Amino acid sequence: MDRDALEMRPDAAADWPDRIFDILKAHGITHVALVPDAGHARLIRRCLADPAMTVVTLTTEEEGVAMLVGSWLGGAKGVLLMQSSGVGNCINMLSLPVLHRAPLPMIVTMRGDFGEFNPAQIPMGNAVQPTLEAMGTLVRRADVPQDVPAVVDAVIRLAFNTYRPTAALLGQRLIGAKTFGKD
Amino acid sequence: MLDRRDVVRALLEDRGDLLVVAGLGASAWDITAAGDCPNNFPLWGGMGGAAVLGLGLALAQPQRRVLVITGDGEMLMGLGALCTIAVKKPANLSVVVLDNEHYSETGGQETATRHGVDLAAIARGAGIADSRVVHGAQELGPLRQAIHATTAPLFANVKVAPGNHPLVLPPREGAYLTARFREAVLGPAAHHQL
Repeated sequence: MDRDALEMRPDAAADWPDRIFDILKAHGITHVALVPDAGHARLIRRCLADPAMTVVTLTTEEEGVAMLVGSWLGGAKGVLLMQSSGVGNCINMLSLPVLHRAPLPMIVTMRGDFGEFNPAQIPMGNAVQPTLEAMGTLVRRADVPQDVPAVVDAVIRLAFNTYRPTAALLGQRLIGAKTFGKD
Repeated sequence: MLDRRDVVRALLEDRGDLLVVAGLGASAWDITAAGDCPNNFPLWGGMGGAAVLGLGLALAQPQRRVLVITGDGEMLMGLGALCTIAVKKPANLSVVVLDNEHYSETGGQETATRHGVDLAAIARGAGIADSRVVHGAQELGPLRQAIHATTAPLFANVKVAPGNHPLVLPPREGAYLTARFREAVLGPAAHHQL
């Protein structure tokens, strides 16, 4: 079983991660909090390579929710990058941006969503949208590459124009399903 | 044994433009008892998030000093934050835990620190070199000075007496707390910038 089969990344020719990076820059986002996901690997590399971006790798995604409330208090605009499983780690901490009317855009790469191989990804993957919405988060999703820029742009605008947590779900169809070499 | 209100009053003396984040519960009441002001950000929820919220603020305002004051129970819920802070090494962030070894808001149940868990050792192990344990009033002056002079993150676990003080509640409206803090830090532009 090779590593590529274990860690599905977007096709090397797919440029939607670069479009997301361009949108972050266009919105003046300077603080990026993340727990790595293979689906975000290219975007994370772009952020790390940009000296104008402060990138914080978290031990758990809920730290990013609290951290970015602090960023906002200090006048900086941030974004939280994570995999769908990380959404479950954020639920109670989302009380803070809701209570404090803090903009909090999240970009979530989905697992357990479309052609999933790993049964452990299904429970949280299936619960991402309802749990986020139950915690007052506006959710939009993209399942084809051409929708990614508009959805990410909309979610960032909704967050900073209307002061609340928002999430762009990037469907697993964009990223590919892990097969563990079984295909 | 130190009294938590005395500790907070001593640490916030002549605070200048120090920005203060307080974890939910008794720590938020303590900073309010010492004097509510726009440079205070008392939390009402998000247990486990105080230290890393302070990190976000410290990274966004590197020229300002940021102090997080929280309880042992709150810190124990977000220990990973000590790793995250240690890796980023903000020069302007201090985290002070008021460690009474109990969950005082919920009936005084014992926390892990009551059973030997050493938060300062955990912070030091994470990579926060200046991680101290404070037992005596004579150590508060030097700690206060260090908070205003750090060149790397500082962590202090201050052992305080258990038990509850009278409630001194900060404003409860989260949007107000955010707006007054941002205006204090950023000026009137806080409400217009996008």
